[in-house]
Amino acid sequence: MGRRKKFTKIQELVYELKVGDVMKKDVITVSPKTSMSKLREILRAKRISGAPVMNGEKIAGIISIEDLIKHMADRGEDCPIRQKMTRSVKVLYDDEPLTHAIERFEKTGLGRFPVLDRKKRKILGVITKGDIIEGLLKKLEIDYHEEEIHHYRASHIFKDIVADRTTLIFQYDVEGNNLKKAGEGASGIKRTLGRLGVRPEIIRRVAIAAYEAEMNIVIFTDGGKITIKVEPKQILLEATDSGPGIPDVKKAMRPGFSTAPDWVRELGFGAGMGLCNIKNCSDKMKLESEMRKGTHLEIKILLKKRRK
Amino acid sequence: MRLKEIAKKLGLEVKSASAKLDVDVKSGYASDIISDVMANTRAGDIWVTFQTHENMVAVASLNGLAGVIVAKGREPDKDVLKKAEKEGVVILVSKEPAFEVAGRLYALGISGKTRS
Repeated sequence: MGRRKKFTKIQELVYELKVGDVMKKDVITVSPKTSMSKLREILRAKRISGAPVMNGEKIAGIISIEDLIKHMADRGEDCPIRQKMTRSVKVLYDDEPLTHAIERFEKTGLGRFPVLDRKKRKILGVITKGDIIEGLLKKLEIDYHEEEIHHYRASHIFKDIVADRTTLIFQYDVEGNNLKKAGEGASGIKRTLGRLGVRPEIIRRVAIAAYEAEMNIVIFTDGGKITIKVEPKQILLEATDSGPGIPDVKKAMRPGFSTAPDWVRELGFGAGMGLCNIKNCSDKMKLESEMRKGTHLEIKILLKKRRK
Repeated sequence: MRLKEIAKKLGLEVKSASAKLDVDVKSGYASDIISDVMANTRAGDIWVTFQTHENMVAVASLNGLAGVIVAKGREPDKDVLKKAEKEGVVILVSKEPAFEVAGRLYALGISGKTRS
């Protein structure tokens, strides 16, 4: 099974990666006037097996180590590259997927392609089969690394803890009147639940509810806290602040009802939708408030599939 | 359609997270009401808005939006862009009003209908 997975991963990568991603960018080019003996030195010194022949900005041809060997085997006299290079240059474009490049290598039997910018027709680099292999390996390594990090999640934690009842509690402090930091709590909650392996649909609901609760604390109070309690079958979210309190909870729950100040509304908040959003995201919601004492919001989101 | 193609076709100025332009965008949403955006956008949506404050970055990041197009050439603050860069939220600026932006997105095959 593992092998099959890798196979499809490579297939995916050859479409995802572009020629431009794996090509060698610092292209060593030669001039048509360069001599074959000089070419030999260049190839040896730079440890390359060929080079595009450039006439200024334009590609005039391509010369490879095979051309050089043939030239030497023929005991030909030293001459400019111009006389030995391949003139009809086959090129690839940087935006082509690797799979195109692989096909071209197979069909033509060539060892390298200059890579051009499709529009400007400028040379950007050179690609060889080796570059493709290297590029794929690098990408696989990166992906594998990311997967490893991704796999480090605590989703098994409930199975590992032996107890009659398990609850994980995280708390987030919310600063009042600081719109700059608003949303950080919700982001943290989202990330944490992701690590716990909670289903994305559930995370989305908790995150929206947490965000709206956070915004209410930021906009209307001097600060408060949000507590998340994760249990095997449900997630509880509690948002608490110490004032000023909601004068009429029933009214506050009405869609579109808002007491937000104008400056807040101008920023797109205070549309009277926050509490409705919270309600829509929860399976159970309890909102209690006492003037000057504070507000306490409690919502429950069940982890089992919703029957809706 | 890829976000970078959209940016090119609509002449959008990329303001942040330019490394994240290679994503597919199928649907979008236009609104200036944060709670509305929060409740009604899905991961991968493009969001057209007039808002430019920090919180739009939080919303875009929380809901996993593909990017935010700020209409009418409004420039987000440096702090906002910094945060967007850090969170990997693509912010694009259009010179056109939101109505035009939405219309042109729709013409490119991006609709608001894919949401449930």
